[in-house]
Amino acid sequence: MRAFSYDRPDSVDAALRGVAGQPGTTTEAAVKFVAGGTNLLDLMKADVMRPERLVDISRLGLDRIEDIDGGGLRLGALARNADTAYDARVQARYPMLSKAILAGASAQLRNMATNGGNLLQRTRCYYFYDTGTPCNKREPGTGCGALTGVNRIHAILGASDHCIAVHPSDMCVALAALDAVVRVSGPKGERTIPFADFHRLPGDTPHIDSSLAADELITAIDLPAQGFARHSTYLKVRDRASYAFALVSVAAALDLDGQTVRSARLALGGVAHKPWRDPAAEAELAGKPASLESFREAARVLLRDAKGQSHNSFKIALAERAIVRALAEAAGVEHS
Amino acid sequence: MSQPTGPASRGHTHKQPAPPPDVMEVSLTVNGSRKTLRVAPWTSLLDALRLHLDLTGTKKGCDHGQCGACTVLVDGRRINSCLTLAVMAEGRTVTTIEGLASGDALHPLQEAFVEQDAFQCGYCTPGQICSAAGLLEEGHARTDDDIRELMSGNLCRCGAYPNIVAAIRQVMDAQPAARDGGAS
Repeated sequence: MRAFSYDRPDSVDAALRGVAGQPGTTTEAAVKFVAGGTNLLDLMKADVMRPERLVDISRLGLDRIEDIDGGGLRLGALARNADTAYDARVQARYPMLSKAILAGASAQLRNMATNGGNLLQRTRCYYFYDTGTPCNKREPGTGCGALTGVNRIHAILGASDHCIAVHPSDMCVALAALDAVVRVSGPKGERTIPFADFHRLPGDTPHIDSSLAADELITAIDLPAQGFARHSTYLKVRDRASYAFALVSVAAALDLDGQTVRSARLALGGVAHKPWRDPAAEAELAGKPASLESFREAARVLLRDAKGQSHNSFKIALAERAIVRALAEAAGVEHS
Repeated sequence: MSQPTGPASRGHTHKQPAPPPDVMEVSLTVNGSRKTLRVAPWTSLLDALRLHLDLTGTKKGCDHGQCGACTVLVDGRRINSCLTLAVMAEGRTVTTIEGLASGDALHPLQEAFVEQDAFQCGYCTPGQICSAAGLLEEGHARTDDDIRELMSGNLCRCGAYPNIVAAIRQVMDAQPAARDGGAS
């Protein structure tokens, strides 16, 4: 690991002073916040990330989970993933989120990783990690090793000619489905970012993962009151039974009126540069019977523009079946 | 030339970052003893334990958080010591495999690993046992499948998994039935 300096401020204001004046987005910053460290320190060992300075924010008191007005729940940015997943309110009101968090990483990593850090973790694309290969995300303008290389785990939706990496998080897929809101503090005060706007598609700037500025700090993630506790699930399909990233994952949530879908939420992981939601697919379900036929049609709509690479076309059929199965499980519909 | 590095430094432009310090002081409690170390900021907790404190029971396997050989308990919770910095453990209480036994009396998990033949080469065993201690403390495992799922962060190249599950099951079964670690 390259040399860096380290500081541990004791307040949000002091932490923000530590990154004040940094231009650009957090992905490109020379001074980085560290909390769980599970992804950042790994990337520093691989020489993929080379911060000059780490600001340890793990003791800022942003680790609480508390009810908010209107029936929602505020997840502190520095609450650990395990504490969030096992929180009784999260389990009762947002079981899809609890299930998604527990589908990710290992028990040790979930004890370390924080909620804010989960949002900011980088892709696990092999070429991003391998400094001996070109990568537009790691070194802009050098090219994409995955496009012509081994791309079994890569994107089928929203990719560009510059980058076909996928966002690795499970938690973020559920947060996207729940319409969570990211709360951020910066030099101009506080602002909120709707979850759908937090992560970005690669386009021709794949080195930028999120819309968080380099001088901003995530303080909390707000969950709206509607948690779809009765009819929701998180389904993860992976190469091992545990401790593997998703090939495809689905957060599915339904608001049912008897056997008719009032509204639906559908978010996919492992398929794109960000958790993938498609308003057209969700609208397709509204007013339809909660049946396998409706679910298959919604899956077809969601995947209408899906495009496989040389090694990952299997993901298109896999995603279609995973969507149908997840919606069936959420609705309590028999599924063969 | 040195620059202030504390949170009180203002007008920091980042054009000329302070030279990284060679050493920082960190105080923590390891296996019941208060320790003060002088380590570089980039020293992992794992390296601090092994190289600075001669506690070589904790193993370096992959050094990337994938194998679990470096698992220790920090403030009672299992973590990968390779993916945290020693300086981040300031003031924390660390328990390694060396700290589980009471004198010559083995920890129940250590006894169970011996009785169930839960290892072959033994390299992953300190991490397996520390991880299992964390699992028992967390209290979320009920079935053998739960144990397998919640131990998936610890790899065993010898393939002693069935006996590792049996050893953890043996200790779980011997615990008071009232135990329910918060899975409400």
